[in-house]
Amino acid sequence: MNRFKPFVVALLAGLLPFAPLFLNTYQVDVLNSIGLYALLALSLNLILGEAGLFNMGHAAFYAMGAYTAAILNTRYQIPILWTLPLSGLAAGLFALAVARPVVHLRGDYLLIVTIGVGEIVRIALVNDVFGITGGANGIFGISRPRLFGWVIRRPEEFFYLIWGFVALTIFLFLRLKQSRFGRALNYLREDEVAAEGSGINTAYYKLAAFGLGAAWAGMAGTLFAAKMTIISPESFSFWESVVLFMIVILGGAGSIPGVLLAAFLVVGLPELFREFAGARMLVFGLVMMVMMVIRPQGLLPTRGRRFSLAARVKETGR
Amino acid sequence: MEEFLQQLTNGLAVGGIYALIALGYTMVYGVLKLINFAHGDLFTYGAYLGLTLLTSLALTDRVGFALGVLVLVLMVMGLVAILGAILERAAYRPLRESPRLSAVVSALGASIFLQNTLMLIYGARFQVYPDDILPAATLDIFGLYVPLMRVLIVLASVAMMIALYLFIQKTRIGTAIRAAAIDQGAARLMGIDVNRVILLVFLLGPALGGAAGLMVGLYYGQVNFTMGWVYGMKAFTAAILGGIGNIPGAMVGGLLLGVIEALGAAYVSIAWKDAIAFCVLILILIVRPTGLLGERVADKI
Repeated sequence: MNRFKPFVVALLAGLLPFAPLFLNTYQVDVLNSIGLYALLALSLNLILGEAGLFNMGHAAFYAMGAYTAAILNTRYQIPILWTLPLSGLAAGLFALAVARPVVHLRGDYLLIVTIGVGEIVRIALVNDVFGITGGANGIFGISRPRLFGWVIRRPEEFFYLIWGFVALTIFLFLRLKQSRFGRALNYLREDEVAAEGSGINTAYYKLAAFGLGAAWAGMAGTLFAAKMTIISPESFSFWESVVLFMIVILGGAGSIPGVLLAAFLVVGLPELFREFAGARMLVFGLVMMVMMVIRPQGLLPTRGRRFSLAARVKETGR
Repeated sequence: MEEFLQQLTNGLAVGGIYALIALGYTMVYGVLKLINFAHGDLFTYGAYLGLTLLTSLALTDRVGFALGVLVLVLMVMGLVAILGAILERAAYRPLRESPRLSAVVSALGASIFLQNTLMLIYGARFQVYPDDILPAATLDIFGLYVPLMRVLIVLASVAMMIALYLFIQKTRIGTAIRAAAIDQGAARLMGIDVNRVILLVFLLGPALGGAAGLMVGLYYGQVNFTMGWVYGMKAFTAAILGGIGNIPGAMVGGLLLGVIEALGAAYVSIAWKDAIAFCVLILILIVRPTGLLGERVADKI
């Protein structure tokens, strides 16, 4: 099984760019939403999966990015893709400001606080805070993204934009996972006290995970705003946060392939079984309960990094 | 002044409801150190079961208003208590020894499951309580005209809270619950059947939550399948405000939060009403995570 894994991954990755050639517009659109959810789940994975911080207000950061992009675009006519770094920055800074006083809270308390933050943000958007969010109707008339003079309009075109960004994200996050930073986050997740004892500045790394994850969600928000051209508070409800949380837990916290697989299952499967659409959340709830009993580590859990002693001996000569 | 007092009594009624729900959170947290996310949905079940029983049995027509409502409350409490026990068996007992995250996720799953079951049964729209069941009388308290229902809710919730408090403090079973909350292992060594204590907690909490659900249905006249999580979050805030795991704390926290929210909605901004509770929650967790009446706990939160 494990011998074939690289081939399976390579095959899937190789086939995906050709998907729009074989699928109809609706199916491509479903793939686009899967891509957006995959992006968001990957960004949440950094906070929840890698660092083990229970964040159930991820939709707030997503909303922050989407609204920053939409406001900059509709009010100041900044091209939507140019707002990408700005909305990432806005969401990241917001996350830092929010997380700073609460990040020391233990597991489920942090969960509750992040739910609260998510709700406060949503209520603020509905109430047209500062008079710039358009209230319950949201913001419309966001311009189409333009890349090297090419206006991205059709779902097939968005497919390459979104999945290109997903590919970039996977590459960067895999690198991050291997880095000193990624290892520090994992140590934090496994044993906070031991991590602190080993000289890891836990508060710093927790905040960094929050900031980075939120910034990435903010950029996903920009892509969402560009795709929809209209955004409203209801797209950023508590249930979005729950679905993202579920994708990460279902896939296996900290596992990038797992999160991708879970994004396909959670977003894609309900589209296949449209006649049972009403029972979608019911099934999700049941799956969450059953999974925790039979497979709490998720569908594709990460295996710990392995360091071969032989290789080490060869390297250092000792 | 008139308006202030009206808001105050309204806040007390809503606060009594929050306090009843908060007791369920705080008792489960006390014994299991688990946030029972599905508790808010059990509350919703109380409201829906109350509606169904009210309309299908027509109790108030047969035995009169006072007795009918009393029987209804008891039936709802019993049914929701059974649901709570089933929930404990199905969602939490298999995870007793698992890491905390597993139990939290299972609790969330249970919450989503319960909520959507209700939606599939009753539909997604608001369900309306019949308005001719209750006498729309108002009570004259020193010149202040207060709806009868409001007074009844305050009295009933305070009565239930006092009954629970006496049960926990004065009876042998209550002592067992307190012992299990302090140290499960030691309680087991003292011959307390901790599994039965946990089951009992999951009967008592949901019973009170179900009664609160029925009160909301009677007070506001309409119920929705998603209302459980808003009330649940607010009740949880109340539990934290009073000090989680602390039973008098949940009562004080609930009443206080209800009053803060009612006054905030009246004098600050009605549109931000739902945000007030969440702001209180965040503030209390930053400033005093042990709550108003919480004792200092050794492990850091």
